[in-house]
Amino acid sequence: MSDWHRIGLVTDIPRRGARCVNSPFGRIAVFRTAEDRIFATEDRCPHKGGPLSQGIVHDSSVTCPLHNAVISLKSGEMRGPDEGRVRVFATRVDPLTEVIELSLEDEAAAIREAAE
Amino acid sequence: MPEKLVVIGNGMAPGRALEHLFEKAPGQYEVTIFNAEPRVNYNRLMLSPVLSGEKTYEDIVTHDDAWYASHGVTLHKGKRVETIDRAARTVTAAYGTTAPYDKLIVATGSNPFIVPIPGSTLTGVLTYRDLDDVETMLEAASTGGRAVVVGGGLLGLEAAAGLKMRGMDVTVLHLMPTLMERQLDPAAGYLLERSLKARGIDVVTKANTHAILGEDKVEGVKLDDGTVIDAKIVVMAVGIRPSTDLAKAAGLDVGRGIKVGDDMRTSDPDIFALGECVEHRGQCYGLVAPLYEMAEVVASQLCGPCESRYLGSVTSTKLKVTGIDLFSAGDFAEGDDREEIVLRDASAGVYKRLVVKDDRIIGAVLYGETADGAWFFDLMKKKTPVSEMRETLIFGQSYQGGSPLDPIAAVAALPGDAEICGCNGVCKSKITGAISARGLTSLDEVRAHTKASSSCGTCTGLVEQLMALTLGDAFNPQAVKPMCGCTDLSHADVRRLIVAKTLKSIPEVMQELEWKTSCGCAKCRPALNYYLLADWPGEYVDDDQSRFINERVHANIQKDGTYSVVPRMWGGMTTSQELRAIADVVDKFQIPSVKCTGGQRIDMLGVKKEDLPAVWADLNAAGMVSGAAYGKALRTVKTCVGTDWCRFGTQDSTGLGVRVERFMWGSWTPAKVKMAVSGCPRNCAEATCKDVGVICTDAGYEIHFAGAAGLDIKGTEVLTQVKTEDEALEMIVALVQLYREQGHYLERIYKWLKRVGMASIKAAVVDDPAKRRVYFDRFIYSQKFSQRDPWADRASGGMASHEFKPMADIPFQEAAE
Repeated sequence: MSDWHRIGLVTDIPRRGARCVNSPFGRIAVFRTAEDRIFATEDRCPHKGGPLSQGIVHDSSVTCPLHNAVISLKSGEMRGPDEGRVRVFATRVDPLTEVIELSLEDEAAAIREAAE
Repeated sequence: MPEKLVVIGNGMAPGRALEHLFEKAPGQYEVTIFNAEPRVNYNRLMLSPVLSGEKTYEDIVTHDDAWYASHGVTLHKGKRVETIDRAARTVTAAYGTTAPYDKLIVATGSNPFIVPIPGSTLTGVLTYRDLDDVETMLEAASTGGRAVVVGGGLLGLEAAAGLKMRGMDVTVLHLMPTLMERQLDPAAGYLLERSLKARGIDVVTKANTHAILGEDKVEGVKLDDGTVIDAKIVVMAVGIRPSTDLAKAAGLDVGRGIKVGDDMRTSDPDIFALGECVEHRGQCYGLVAPLYEMAEVVASQLCGPCESRYLGSVTSTKLKVTGIDLFSAGDFAEGDDREEIVLRDASAGVYKRLVVKDDRIIGAVLYGETADGAWFFDLMKKKTPVSEMRETLIFGQSYQGGSPLDPIAAVAALPGDAEICGCNGVCKSKITGAISARGLTSLDEVRAHTKASSSCGTCTGLVEQLMALTLGDAFNPQAVKPMCGCTDLSHADVRRLIVAKTLKSIPEVMQELEWKTSCGCAKCRPALNYYLLADWPGEYVDDDQSRFINERVHANIQKDGTYSVVPRMWGGMTTSQELRAIADVVDKFQIPSVKCTGGQRIDMLGVKKEDLPAVWADLNAAGMVSGAAYGKALRTVKTCVGTDWCRFGTQDSTGLGVRVERFMWGSWTPAKVKMAVSGCPRNCAEATCKDVGVICTDAGYEIHFAGAAGLDIKGTEVLTQVKTEDEALEMIVALVQLYREQGHYLERIYKWLKRVGMASIKAAVVDDPAKRRVYFDRFIYSQKFSQRDPWADRASGGMASHEFKPMADIPFQEAAE
């Protein structure tokens, strides 16, 4: 099933930053790391629902702006003493046009994609 | 259902019992504490350093409010329990607070004994038991004069030394021929008297206090022999009485103290007694080590039936007066069946005496040189035969086995069960075990995990030696906390190296200082961004992505992801036009809540992020700018109405506040900076709990700083006094610039002061006008780049517009395809 949505250009997001995409499944945070890797997760911290898109991005992690939970953008897992996970979505970037595409397919597919 | 445990009293003994209880059986009890004092649990052993000024109240807090909260403890501060109803199993405090219990701990402590002589009820007759007493003494000391201390025991002498250090003249009156006669033999008592006199403290022994003189308040003290000594305060430190009234009224068995068995239960098996209020096997204790031993037994007993018993204690004593080393333990009366070993070194002021009976040490007095105290005490408690080392025993542990050893080797030679920390009963193997097992590297960590050196602190040296022994070269006594997991360097190192190596960007800092991560973390990046901004104004480009969301979007994120917006109201002044504009914005954007802040401004809460630029545009149009309520930056300058309106006002406080705020707004600081200006000492603007405060007087301006009114509560300290408004402004600006250059990220001004000390701050901004000017000028230079309204830059379509709108919308139909 082809489910890729064009959401914008890599340069629309600041390096070590994030932007939001509204979707029928709720708000999605799309991150760009210092090395221009793109990740997408649901915009809700598993701890108390903080908007992850507003956090500080470092390596391939984000620190939630509400209570400093650190979340791996690759796996969606919360790092550190607490446990929890956010849904992650697959993304891909066209190397020529730098267009980002996002898939709303199931989480398992997303993890496979991110691991590649 | 957890059982209900009620604790009456919040001193060190019940505090320790609860620590043990929460460790052994978390969740077994729902705990309620009644504390007659209006505060949390603090280390009473450390009152003397607070009195002398060597420590502050914050330094000696054992359990802060967060601790109680995290253990679900209900703490009633300032509520004295008045009755225990054993039939209903409830306790009731003043003003009617009642709590039911399944188990009850009575830890009412002791009351200081006041000699019932004429005048003993006059104002100015004090005791020395809690922080209130210390505060009263400090208030008296601030204006000088003479203090008379009645009682030359441990507490009395610590009070005398503290008051002397605070600048009072002090006379100690002691009934017996030598000082501390219960702990010291006459020779040591004499040496002690001599060193106190050398410090300018008058000591009168064999002094029988006849009366305290004065009309309403203390004016002097009269002795039996007719001598009259002028006095502004009289500190009674003649002894303590277990506080037993409550227990007696409840019908419990009471002798000198509340009687308990070896299981620490009173005559009612559901009621324990603990601490200085207790009588155990005919003995009452006033030192901390036995109380901690009792606390452990109480905690074990609360967990269920067990073998844990308290069997009485051998105690040792140290006098906590800086510069006087004194240790005593056990029994040192002379007797036919005893022999003594004495060492005197008059020129060094050293006196040591051991009392030996049946080949065992039964008493020890050390004066001037107390390093071997722990070792002697250990031999004494273990009843170790000493004939083998009889000849060299008095020279101490390092002389045993032939040649003198270095202190580390001496500590190495101690057996694993040797007691290192007497207060907390922590032995050597527990400390070394914790260091190895948990990889502890700092003194604070060892304190946190083992409690060693966390009470009176006299064993700190030994603990550090143990750390050196266990960690080898890895131990660095000055070891400081790294700023985060990305580096081994501390905040201080990083700040210093940024300047020393002229590092001017975050990647440069990370490269040169060998960061362990590729792009830092949420702890170090905001810190580095601030340091670079403060150190290289005009050169460094602010990195938005290294700022917390609040500073990135210039509003405060709320729990639901909306924001709050606070415009500046200079000095707390506003106009009808501003209020009308705010009202219009609230209506137009349907902002759900509007609130007055504590800083004399108006907060609009629940603004959607997308609306922020438009909200700012409207506020800008009415002449308002960002209030920086979200920033590690200058926040508010509160003022009172001063000479404009107030009949008591001495200066134009509103004008000065507005001037300071207009001068300093926009500057970034290590942590938030809140200010206030009060027009007279009545202090309506509450300037004395602010980071920087000004109190106006007829003579000019008193510049205060380093107050706190958040997690910590602390009054300000006076930096200096100046005559004119211009001088006040220059002083404040130079002070804040010094803080901007020295402060660690997130370190408030009061913590910065605690770290660097008042003397260094005064030397930089008060004592030398040329230096002050340099800081002042550097601030002005930095302001050239930072006094831009971030709202105006971002309002409708300006800077960073990506922040405020979504990147894309995926409509439902598209997603469903």
